[in-house]
Amino acid sequence: MSDRTEELQGRIKQAMASDSPLQIQAGGSKSFLCRQTTAQPLSVKGHSGIINYDPTELVLTARAGTSLKEIEQTLAASQQILPFEPPFFDDGATLGGAIATGLSGPIRPFTGSARDYVLGCQIINGKGEILKFGGQVMKNVAGYDVSRLMVGAMGTLGLLLEISIKVLPAFPNQLYLQQSHPPQEALRFMRRLSSQNLPLSGLAYEGDKVHIRLAGSGSAVKAAAAKIGGEQPADDPFWHELKEQTHAFFDGELALWRLSLPAATAYLNLPGKQLIDWGGALRWLKSDEPSRNLFQLAAGCAGHARLFRGGEADLDRIQPQLPAMRAIHQKIKHSFDPHGILNPGQLYSGF
Amino acid sequence: MDKKALIAALREILPASQVLDSTEAQRPFECDGLSAYHRLPLVTVLPEQQEQVQAIVRLCHQNRIPLVARGAGTGLSGGALPDENGVLLSLAKFNRIVDIDPDNLCATVEPGVRNLAISEAVADKGLYYAPDPSSQIACSIGGNVAENAGGVHCLKYGLTVHNIMALKVITTDGELLTIGGKTYDSPGYDLLALMTGSEGLLGIIMEVTVKLLPQPERKQVILAAFDDIGKAATAVGDIIAAGIIPAGLEMMDRLAIQAAEDFCHPGYPLDAEAILLCEIDGNNEEVSERIMQLRQVLDRTGPMHFATAETEAQRQQFWAGRKAAFPAVGRISPDYYCMDGTIPRRHLPQILKRIAELAAGCGLNVANVFHAGDGNLHPLILYDANQPGELEQAEQLGAEILELCIAVGGTITGEHGVGIEKIDQMCSQFAAAELSQFHALKNAFDPAGILNPGKAVPSLHRCAELGAMHVHHGQLPHPELERF
Ligand SMILES: Cc1cc2nc3c(=O)[nH]c(=O)nc-3n(C[C@H](O)[C@H](O)[C@H](O)COP(=O)(O)OP(=O)(O)OC[C@H]3O[C@@H](n4cnc5c(N)ncnc54)[C@H](O)[C@@H]3O)c2cc1C
Repeated sequence: MSDRTEELQGRIKQAMASDSPLQIQAGGSKSFLCRQTTAQPLSVKGHSGIINYDPTELVLTARAGTSLKEIEQTLAASQQILPFEPPFFDDGATLGGAIATGLSGPIRPFTGSARDYVLGCQIINGKGEILKFGGQVMKNVAGYDVSRLMVGAMGTLGLLLEISIKVLPAFPNQLYLQQSHPPQEALRFMRRLSSQNLPLSGLAYEGDKVHIRLAGSGSAVKAAAAKIGGEQPADDPFWHELKEQTHAFFDGELALWRLSLPAATAYLNLPGKQLIDWGGALRWLKSDEPSRNLFQLAAGCAGHARLFRGGEADLDRIQPQLPAMRAIHQKIKHSFDPHGILNPGQLYSGF
Repeated sequence: MDKKALIAALREILPASQVLDSTEAQRPFECDGLSAYHRLPLVTVLPEQQEQVQAIVRLCHQNRIPLVARGAGTGLSGGALPDENGVLLSLAKFNRIVDIDPDNLCATVEPGVRNLAISEAVADKGLYYAPDPSSQIACSIGGNVAENAGGVHCLKYGLTVHNIMALKVITTDGELLTIGGKTYDSPGYDLLALMTGSEGLLGIIMEVTVKLLPQPERKQVILAAFDDIGKAATAVGDIIAAGIIPAGLEMMDRLAIQAAEDFCHPGYPLDAEAILLCEIDGNNEEVSERIMQLRQVLDRTGPMHFATAETEAQRQQFWAGRKAAFPAVGRISPDYYCMDGTIPRRHLPQILKRIAELAAGCGLNVANVFHAGDGNLHPLILYDANQPGELEQAEQLGAEILELCIAVGGTITGEHGVGIEKIDQMCSQFAAAELSQFHALKNAFDPAGILNPGKAVPSLHRCAELGAMHVHHGQLPHPELERF
């Protein structure tokens, strides 16, 4: 646990002066999402430590290099959780990486995403300025919501120093259900469950099985399980394997695509294999289908695609933007990083 | 472009009846819910088609004319206060529900649709829109997005930012930008979050896709009465510490209880110094279990008494008193000034006590009615604008309360926005480099600075002048308080 703020600020100022771009790194657990560039690596490793945690406030503040593992262990000691179930992918996973990539786990449709739980942050922008936005309170509308703007920005707007996250009490009970359905029926079934007031915390489809996870008070999950019905295994390792992508579905050399779609989108007949998460709103696809086709398909469904693992290295990995959208992105980037030294090209090529 | 030419140009875009330039026709638009600030715009326009708004924005942009958007005008920070050299753009005519999509659990509405109208329109499908500001019968969804409005149920269900999926926004060049979609995320920067709470400074919101939730099977509310406000405040922390996240957790003090009781007779205990309203929702079994747990926690906090609403009618009555608290207080005082600071919950007892002391010190009364579970205070400072000096006194007290909030690690505004009202306190909350970053962001959207100028983010110049007045020997205000 140490505070490397000054040193990191120095490195950014130096990079600015010498006009040499930086590539921010931490645990490396999600580096497969990043493009390999010639930028100088800047590691935030060691800039770590939980700075503030008071369970009754439901807020935790930690330096960006703090490992997710340490954070979840600390929270668990007070029966609390990070409510967006961030994937680790590797023990090196840090809070900064979780926020910069903005990824959330299977629980997302039911409790919210990483960005939903960010309350404040401290960053170094591309001018080497240390800036603080948001705070450690539940509600704060003073100034633009820069903290949430950092989530999923892949480090292109600022180096994250410190992040304040809202946390929640852990669910006292979980229950697992499984039901077999053909794909189209599985999707309809998941939509039906989603539109009822049920204590759901996961709704996914793999093979021919709908996996249902319930979380809440003992009586709530029991009543819901009775209502929904199905096989009730004592545990369902599927959920952890899905979050961490260690499930057999994710094996193999084929590229892994992530399609984020309106939940009620019909089953898509695509080459390769699919795993459906988020009650229908997230479709994982292992396929060698060309990028162009998948971007087009996702846009046609009013959603978007992202090349998650593997695939062609020098490609834009994210759904291409309309010109007006791209223009506003470039201007926002410029407002934080006028010299273009922070993770250039890590979100979209060109900035 | 002078006023005459501007009006002529606007009448090319709109029928004459939708371009108001007389003093009496524009009177209703001279202020929002913070009526201490009021002034007339050059001209008020009431378009009803998106293309008309685009043309108006282009006209203003080309001629560098200030443009202030207005929803229902219920804002409490002067955000919709007109610019005397500009155009006031009312979005009230955009009141259509465009699409209800129960399969994707969302609805798409125009910006002028009232908050409550959304839940009413989807009620027959067993769905609702969660954020419920107390002004929900009047305020517009466009205004809710612009302010990131909260409500009594946002402790569990989040603020506007957590409950919207997509926006259509007209940018200053008159282009229509679609942000987000019926998906749980979108590629690139989170512009949905950036637009939410941007107070009309970054673009005109023309369409909002809101997330809908299935209605809970059952709701139950407990009303707990305390003989001491500090005890009530401590109970708030105890409830959260017990692992309970109520759907709503609201507090009212003696003055607010009395005002509400006189106004709409919700059945509040008049002998209490403070009450807590604590709502639990979910499926039947869960509510029963949680209510039992809540009763045990409350029992230990030393209340005078507490009771669960016996019928649905009584539950609604309990909430009616809370939701009508502002107008109720409005009846016992000629004027009131509503503050909106938010603090870490653990400081509630200390800060409520300090606010009472500050109020007593200047001879003004303060009623407290607020989102206790979120630590979002709403001290209502009672004053009489007709008494010379009282408004200034109320504003001075308000400013001191906000400084208190900052001093304990809180913020000057939890949900009402900065607007014109808290612009000076922004100088205390943020450093110059942070304000510069805000200006740079604004510049990315609105380089000419025509959208709602002078609001939300103060100029560095203004802060410098203010700093010269406020910093006393480099000392922070309230050195007696425990720092964050
Ligand atoms: C009695 C009372 C109780 C209240 N209770 C609550 C509460 O519980 N929670 C809460 O959060 N607030 C509350 N408020 C404050 C207010 O109702 C909210 O801020 C609301 O969101 C404002 O909506 P409006 O339509 O009235 O917006 P307006 O007051 O008209 O405008 C507010 C701001 O939004 C901008 N704006 C409006 N429409 C658009 C648009 N389409 N595009 C771009 N910018 C736009 C305006 O320029 C202005 O800056 C309360 C107010 C009153 C009077």
